Amino acid sequence: MSDSLLDLYREVILDHNRDPRNFGELDDADRVVEGVNPLCGDRMTLYVKKDKDGKIEDVCFTGSGCAISVASASLMTERIKGLTNDEALELFELVHDVLTGEQEPDPVRLDKLAALAGVRQYPSRIKCASLGWHALKTALTTTDAKISTE
Amino acid sequence: MSQAPAAAPGSGFDARQLRRDFPILATEVYGKPLTYLDNAASSQRPAQVIDAVAHYERHLHANVHRGVHYLSQQATDAYEGARDRVQAFVNASSRQEIIFTRGTTEAINLVAASLGQALGPDDEILITWLEHHSNIVPWQLACQRSGATLKVAPLLDDGSVDLLAFERLLTERTRIVAISHISNALGTINPVETMVDLAQQAGAKTLIDGAQAVPHQRIDVSALNCDFYAFSGHKMYAPTGIGVLYGRAELLEEMPPYQGGGEMIRTVSFTDTTFNALPYKFEAGTPNISGAVGLGASIDYLNNLDYALLEAHETDLLEYAQAQLLELPGAKIIGTAQRKASVMSFTLGDIHAHDLGTIVDREGVAIRTGHHCAMPVMERFAVPATARASFAFYNLREDVDRLMAGLTQALEIFT
Repeated sequence: MSDSLLDLYREVILDHNRDPRNFGELDDADRVVEGVNPLCGDRMTLYVKKDKDGKIEDVCFTGSGCAISVASASLMTERIKGLTNDEALELFELVHDVLTGEQEPDPVRLDKLAALAGVRQYPSRIKCASLGWHALKTALTTTDAKISTE
Repeated sequence: MSQAPAAAPGSGFDARQLRRDFPILATEVYGKPLTYLDNAASSQRPAQVIDAVAHYERHLHANVHRGVHYLSQQATDAYEGARDRVQAFVNASSRQEIIFTRGTTEAINLVAASLGQALGPDDEILITWLEHHSNIVPWQLACQRSGATLKVAPLLDDGSVDLLAFERLLTERTRIVAISHISNALGTINPVETMVDLAQQAGAKTLIDGAQAVPHQRIDVSALNCDFYAFSGHKMYAPTGIGVLYGRAELLEEMPPYQGGGEMIRTVSFTDTTFNALPYKFEAGTPNISGAVGLGASIDYLNNLDYALLEAHETDLLEYAQAQLLELPGAKIIGTAQRKASVMSFTLGDIHAHDLGTIVDREGVAIRTGHHCAMPVMERFAVPATARASFAFYNLREDVDRLMAGLTQALEIFT
């Protein structure tokens, strides 16, 4: 098997695909955003609930997708709980830049999200990895209910 | 898994020899031989087609139907010669009935826009659930403009059209019936002869989307008795950007032009423009001359093949592939109609089609993954996407073996 494939499908990715964290609907969400990847038709719905200080109190997602999009969304939900809007958007920028190759992956800042770095060698899969993240950005910065990665 | 024999048993079709005509098939991908199984999306071109296009570009090019000079005549002869080849290839009764388009999509849009002008709010258009988006959206647009209603014939669980439902949906209001000959997503071969007969009894005009059929079987539009037949060059070993609309002459005569411009007119003044004769009335602007030349060359190439043997070879590939696939745990074939072209749409356990596509790609295997521009089909079978291996006559059983090796890797990664 090629090293590049093993780099893409790291154990963390496979684990989060098999057993996605925070998977399900959130009844009392403040924001519900649907993300669509028109390339493959994958859909994902992201639910975000803020606390009284504006921090992300809870976040969930539902939908069907490839291992990369599911694992990426799962890792994201795990990471962003408790973050402020600005912190979450900063994280979005970091992950975006790493996925698109504008920034080298910093293992300290990325922590578990570093598992997504293998996607950089697969340009056709970057949209899969960023689907949940774009939904997050939309949820935090707009009042739109739908986004598309294209 | 059993090892493939060198050639399909009992087949006198030398795919291994024919394969050498296609230079791109010698490409290496990630250090491995290319295994090209995405032929339903676009097939590859033989050297004969590539050379014909290059010869035209080097020696024959000028604008067609315009000049009195030498090259203009050469280019016109090459372009119109291609039209004659197409006419013979599909057995149309006259060369006026062959309109060059950019592809199947433009051919269908032409009919939907032009014939669609006669539609009104009481009229209906009937399509099937199998259609590619290009045989859905142009009709939706025609319905939006005219107030007509789009009806869709449902599918049975094997991926074939429910003919009883199709018949029920045909009414005296049905003006146009637009159906695919072969489904791109599932490979189902529709009984188009029967469907055209039924449509005509109801008084409807018929259009067949033949994009997937032309590379697999001989097409005879006169025997089919359809009003329109659309297909693309690039799915039958010719270049992209060239396609054909066959249309019955008496209908084309009555239909308004699709696009306005040069070539399609006889005289132009600011008060009164008269249109050119068929087929030029529907070919506004300078056409894709080199594309037409390439299409003519691909027809010459295909005319040298024995289609009975070609079909037997492709059927062998499909049957071999399906049998091999079903040996893998969790494998499921989507589309199991009795009559199928060499298209295998499938899922493998819970592994998403995109992950399958990426993993087999690293083994040099090109397959299509996704919704195949047929989202309603995916919805019908309750899958977000499928993986699709589609075979051409130049594929071999060892291509299937390489696909299976790639899929086995996917199973290893995901279990």
